[in-house]
Amino acid sequence: MSDKKENDQIERTGAQCVVEELERNGCDVIFGYPGGAVLDIFDSIYSSPMHLVLPRHEQGAVHMADGYARATGRPGVCLVTSGPGATNTITGLATAYIDGTPMVCITGQVPLPAIGNDAFQEADTIGISRPCTKHNRLIRSVDEIPEAIAEAFYIASTGKPGPVLIDIPKDVQKQFTTMQTPEKVQIRSYTPHFEINNKEVAALAKAINKAKRPLLYVGGGAITAKACKALSELAHKAQIPVTTTLMGLGAFPETDPLSLNMLGMHGHATANIAVSYCDLLISVGARFSDRVTGKASEFAQKAQIAHIDIDPSSIGKSVRVDYPILGDAREALEHLLPLVSENKHEKWLEQLSELKAKYPLKYTVADGDIATQYVLEEVDRICQGNAIVVTDVGQHQMWAAQYITLKEPRTFITSGGLGTMGFGLPAAIGAQLGQPDRLVVAICGDGGIQMNAQELVVAVEHKLPVKTIILNNTYLGMVRQWQEMFYERRYSGVVLSQADRPKNERIEESKPVFLPDFVKLADAHGMNAIRITKPEDVRPTLERVFADRKPWLIEVMVETETNVFPMVPPGMSVAEMIID
Amino acid sequence: MQHIITALVENKPGMLARIVGLVSGRGYNIETLNVGPTQDPTLSKMTLVVPGDAHVLRQVTLQVSKLVDVLRVTDVTGKRHIDRELILVEIATESVAQRTEILDLATLFDAEIAGVSQCSITLQLAADSNVISDFMLLLKPYHILDLSRSGRIAVAHTNNGDSPA
Ligand SMILES: Cc1ncc(C[n+]2csc(CCOP(=O)(O)OP(=O)(O)O)c2C)c(N)n1
Repeated sequence: MSDKKENDQIERTGAQCVVEELERNGCDVIFGYPGGAVLDIFDSIYSSPMHLVLPRHEQGAVHMADGYARATGRPGVCLVTSGPGATNTITGLATAYIDGTPMVCITGQVPLPAIGNDAFQEADTIGISRPCTKHNRLIRSVDEIPEAIAEAFYIASTGKPGPVLIDIPKDVQKQFTTMQTPEKVQIRSYTPHFEINNKEVAALAKAINKAKRPLLYVGGGAITAKACKALSELAHKAQIPVTTTLMGLGAFPETDPLSLNMLGMHGHATANIAVSYCDLLISVGARFSDRVTGKASEFAQKAQIAHIDIDPSSIGKSVRVDYPILGDAREALEHLLPLVSENKHEKWLEQLSELKAKYPLKYTVADGDIATQYVLEEVDRICQGNAIVVTDVGQHQMWAAQYITLKEPRTFITSGGLGTMGFGLPAAIGAQLGQPDRLVVAICGDGGIQMNAQELVVAVEHKLPVKTIILNNTYLGMVRQWQEMFYERRYSGVVLSQADRPKNERIEESKPVFLPDFVKLADAHGMNAIRITKPEDVRPTLERVFADRKPWLIEVMVETETNVFPMVPPGMSVAEMIID
Repeated sequence: MQHIITALVENKPGMLARIVGLVSGRGYNIETLNVGPTQDPTLSKMTLVVPGDAHVLRQVTLQVSKLVDVLRVTDVTGKRHIDRELILVEIATESVAQRTEILDLATLFDAEIAGVSQCSITLQLAADSNVISDFMLLLKPYHILDLSRSGRIAVAHTNNGDSPA
């Protein structure tokens, strides 16, 4: 390299490179928790235009980045220190990985020469995160950084998206480089895009045109691929009913007469019956998870199965597939559309609407008690499909999936694949940062909220008007339901109130009965809070609080021992569903 | 059934751990594994022998292909291919007669003499797995002091339309 050229080129430290390349890749919010191994990067962030959000736990950082990504479709970015900072991200990464969220996670590492010496705050981050990231990489030279970050964004957001982790040793952050941003990212061993096979599409179109009882079964992949418009056109053109998975909620408006709502373990009866009786099941960006299929060998037994998926390993994994189509869901549907003839399927749709009328969602509640379902009905009535609903994991999550009417993609955010308790609040914070003008509602249980309750303060300090609803049933409700149904009501480790505990879980007859006091907890974090104990207060309180542009915590004391139905008992076939 | 899977991967640190972690993390057993450089110094080739039915092996192959640093994965089992394994075996020779017997056996199998000492002989044999099994069977009566097997390596035939991995 000539002297002249060298002088022309700007020297940057590794840390400056990280920050500038993140900005260049469109990162406007970064969720970061500092520590010794990332001090240099935090120093560079100090003068960056990026909005830095300090979670109070690294797991919170990753879930926030996840919520941000799910609400916007853009990769979420987080930054943590080595050792405990990195290990604290693992649950968040695994959550994002299984649900296919695009994310870039930067971890600090001990200096290169110290790696392998059990240095202070050293962990084998690459080894630990390998099975829960789409890709990860240890940086060995400062010159790699611009390319590594560009590649990370590319890998995270193409194909089936996922989290990518970059581990950067502290000494590398301090070194200087003249390396510039690569003009183009190309990775010879990585093929995120597949050409749609026209023959396969034609074969599927023929099958659709012949089918008497076709059914579209739609997963989160349709949302990722922006396939919702094409999906709607296909469904309407050939009058094909649509059921979605938990992850697919919002991909097809539930207000559409063709919608059969969610299927699966706690899906609507009609959707599950439709799967059992359809003669052609067209899966779009769904992966036939065990929570959808029940006993896989008996799933959609009367049907031929088409599977459109970008992930080659997903096709044919759990069920036999007659029409495999590898590729982007939107492209596949757009290829399919002109080949599919208009159709009516009158008889099939009529049968389904009879089923819908026969098996509506229903619940009963004693006078004076508040049903969780009722609270969610009220949330739905107020939001009218315009809010972003984020859930935690448990019964309330399933009821939210059932009772909130989803109309648009990216308006229902939930940990589907990993089922991570503690996801709801931080993910809602991330979603609100990504969509500042929308109403964001976090639906949580009294168990799960305690897993990341420390993040309440983040909503307050960034003035995020998230509405956190705690549906307090005083139990780890979903586990209690299984213990009631399959373990003779032996409530082991699920009673959250101080009363009615099994003997070996009680320390002493203690007061107060309800611990913690969530309203006081919110108060301690500077958040407005209110507790609802009477059914008649639900509507006016929610209306008032939802209209306020401040963060709120709303605790609702709900009926304690209600079960979620319908339910396909684990390992059973969909036909063995318990309706109520 | 045993499947022979070859993978062409970027020659980067951690690749072995990545592939072994993925395969074993999904509960599949790796019987033998071999890694080495290729004619292109930026690429390595791995050969894995994994027992399991065709469905299981399809999953293994697809999962490994998904890794960002993996160029190509081929299950060569059902395809025309050549596979070989190398063994080094040290056998105790308690008498001259016994040594002669073992040498006869070596000639029969085209095994090479890799080393000889006063009381042992070390043979080297590169062959396909059936021949190796036969050879090991015939060595059974003798006292084997040490044995190392390379694990199988394989190349697919290029002329049958499939590109080699
Ligand atoms: C991190 C984590 N630990 C344990 C579980 C198992 N689990 C699933 S649902 C549930 C109970 C959730 O209780 P709560 O948050 O009160 O919600 P509810 O079911 O009562 O609505 C538990 C313990 C989990 N999903 N995630």
